[in-house]
Amino acid sequence: MFSAYIRIILCAIFMLSTTAAMANTAASEVNVYSARKEALIKPLLDRFTQETGIKVNLVTGKADALLKRLETEGRNTPADMLITTDAGRLYRAQQADVLQAIQSKTLEQVIPANYREPAGYWYGLSVRARPIFFAKDRAKASDLSSYEQLADQRFKGQICIRSSNNIYNQSLVASMIKANGVEKTEQWAKNLVKNMARPPRGGDRDQIRAAASGQCNIAIANTYYFGAMMAGKKQKDRTAASKMALFWPNQDTRGTHVNISGAGITKHAKHRTNAILLLEFLANKSSQKWYAETNHEYPVRNDVEASALLKSWGNFKSDAVNLSILGQYNSEAVKVMDRAGWK
Amino acid sequence: MSDIQPQQTTTPRSLSLNARLNRWHLLVLLIAFICAVPVLTVFSYVFQPAGEVWQHLTETVLSDYVVNSLILMIGVSFGTLTMGISCAWLTSVYKFPGRKLFQWLLLLPMALPAYIIAYTYTGMMDFTGPIQSSLRELFGWSYGDYWFPEIRSIWGATSMLSLVLYPYVYLLARAAFLEQSIVALEASRSLGAGPWKSFFQVALPMARPAIITGLSLVLMETLADYGTVQYFGISTFTTGIFRTWFGLNDSAAAAQLSSLLLVFVLILITLERISRKQARYFSTSNREKKHARLTLSKNKAWLATLACLMPVLWGFFLPFLQLTQWAFETYEDMVDREFFVLAWNSLSLAGSAAILALLLALLLAYGQRLQNTRFIYIAVRVASMGYAIPATVIAVGIMLPLAWIDNTLDSWLRSQFDVSSGLLLSGTLFALMFAYMIRFLAVSVGTVEAALGKIKHSMDDAARSLGLSPKQVLLQIHMPLMRRSLLTAILLVFVDVLKELPATLILRPFNFNTLAVRAYELASDERLADASSAALSIVIAGIIPVILLSRSINKQKT
Repeated sequence: MFSAYIRIILCAIFMLSTTAAMANTAASEVNVYSARKEALIKPLLDRFTQETGIKVNLVTGKADALLKRLETEGRNTPADMLITTDAGRLYRAQQADVLQAIQSKTLEQVIPANYREPAGYWYGLSVRARPIFFAKDRAKASDLSSYEQLADQRFKGQICIRSSNNIYNQSLVASMIKANGVEKTEQWAKNLVKNMARPPRGGDRDQIRAAASGQCNIAIANTYYFGAMMAGKKQKDRTAASKMALFWPNQDTRGTHVNISGAGITKHAKHRTNAILLLEFLANKSSQKWYAETNHEYPVRNDVEASALLKSWGNFKSDAVNLSILGQYNSEAVKVMDRAGWK
Repeated sequence: MSDIQPQQTTTPRSLSLNARLNRWHLLVLLIAFICAVPVLTVFSYVFQPAGEVWQHLTETVLSDYVVNSLILMIGVSFGTLTMGISCAWLTSVYKFPGRKLFQWLLLLPMALPAYIIAYTYTGMMDFTGPIQSSLRELFGWSYGDYWFPEIRSIWGATSMLSLVLYPYVYLLARAAFLEQSIVALEASRSLGAGPWKSFFQVALPMARPAIITGLSLVLMETLADYGTVQYFGISTFTTGIFRTWFGLNDSAAAAQLSSLLLVFVLILITLERISRKQARYFSTSNREKKHARLTLSKNKAWLATLACLMPVLWGFFLPFLQLTQWAFETYEDMVDREFFVLAWNSLSLAGSAAILALLLALLLAYGQRLQNTRFIYIAVRVASMGYAIPATVIAVGIMLPLAWIDNTLDSWLRSQFDVSSGLLLSGTLFALMFAYMIRFLAVSVGTVEAALGKIKHSMDDAARSLGLSPKQVLLQIHMPLMRRSLLTAILLVFVDVLKELPATLILRPFNFNTLAVRAYELASDERLADASSAALSIVIAGIIPVILLSRSINKQKT
């Protein structure tokens, strides 16, 4: 009765699936699932293709969704590499058994031990720090010392920080649980919530803008957002950023909280060699410079200098905890924040 | 002449027709079953144990999720019904300045993704935005000196969602008002009922099935919304689902939360069903007379203009202007050759999905009309529940069965013939198209059902007694009668797919992007101005079919 329709639909199905399948069968290529946004990874991938002739196929998306896709596709997954923007997700991928350990002399040499998984399941590629920002006209660096201290009563109504749904806050709290234990961290989170100038909302830039315009005195945000505001096209953002200064917390103790964006090779990679080449390429000196210059991230290598803007914020001591810990404590961190009433 | 009368549903059956009806029956069940698989996949997680997380959730945040979601639903219902019905009524019955323009202008907010309008309003109305900043400069105020409505609140979210969702109610209500015979109204007026009484006692009850269809679409979208509430920092069911999945790393508990969401939806659907059952109204005449539009006094006419202007102004023009301004600042960097590829991808996906969804909806709705067993009814309901589940969750419900088919086939081929078929369905455009059907079938099915429901069953009986087959009745009688609603269904799905993000994001093939993906990636990186070109293109691409369709809807009227 509807054979005509059914025929059309079947044809469409066939065409749709073959076009997609054909796109993935070129000889020299590598397939990447990336939680880094296209704009923040594609230029590097294009450069890789230019240098090596290896074509890079890319799907971007949210880390957890891509991870789920990897899991469901199982051994037939086309993906060779998973790129994420935090260590917690890489740890999760490792736990889900979708990554394989690879040994690469190059990577082990250039990437410091705390920024990679000990057995080689994943490697950090760029570093982002989460320091404290303060309004120059209303707060002083000498009043600040650590994340812990932000829970002091004297900061009541002065702090802007985004929602606890955000992975960077979850990672920060995870690192504090590692350092101070669950109970102390929960108490800290409760007091921090009392000190918030407003219920958490918006992104990291919004916190910096709010502090600049007087809604609060202190904001917590990632460095690259601050860098993007300072170097950006929008006059208003540049003005706002110029009213703010950066403070590196916990310099006398464990160091400022940092996270990485990084990558691992999938367990069932069909283009393993190419994937390792790509990973090494992403860790080479010129790529490392690119992260710093385009997205204001710190290079993961010690032998590559940060961009001039990043250097202007001074050197800092970073929390040396192995970043797998952030993944391990992530769900505990979320529960702590739930109990503390951190929206 | 036409009249309104409650009517019983009866389908005549003769032996010779049974075979045909059975084929319909099977077809409907098959489609419904395939479309129900993802929903059932999500639902199947209910049987997985997840004790500890649930205890944590109920002790801490679950009540927040429920309360906020309820407030949001009530608020958005109020907002969309007020705006949607009043504008639909005004434009279909009265004469006032700008009426013709408003007929389609009122649809425009539909082209804006909710999260985009949320971003633009925040840009405009936030503490650091232009409005508050200039107020502070003008009066020398600083933080805390004055009161200003906080856009990033639950009321803000309610307004944002109402502004972009009211067109669903408007569109369906208007189609219903236009399809109503003016005679009914004239009768009511001649019997001494005033304009308000005629509206509330005659027009509104007659349009109720359509309005409720619109409202249930609105509520399902509200429940599934993630972008807006997440940006505004409101804990709703959806944000809770993702927090449980991404934060607590418990996808089973997240799926269970989604199943709980389905209970909300089931209640909604049952309510709709009950309200449809209570009364059925049919228009017996299929040739409607042209409405003699009622004239209003001069002041009242301008009030009507104002009433129709407000939703368009707030829901479309203001955010559109803001987006345009941003796009002017950034388009040089953002509009490259790839941009047109994105636009083509978006348009072709949306176009084919809209047509496919209409075909499926026709089959399902008409099959149901032929043989309305309870089983078919439930199958169709379940099949169209995908609309209310957050898209990322339903995407997982789609990925799992597709990957299962792929991997099973692959294993079998490997063991039997030592060849690998790899992934045939997963990560293809087919998977994406399938996802759109699951997501938006509710839209097309709801619209088609509402339209079919208005065609009297005696029409089928007459046609069939004259020798037409069920298929011929659909093609030759029903489809021409319902053309306006069919176009509406196409339009709604088209615009929805154009804006769709989460499922596209996770299911698309390699190297395949759409405008919505581009807009989202930039916006979520807090680069709103850079995202504006893509967002604006979604809006503009959405406007063209809105105009074309609303013109053809009007043409058929006159």
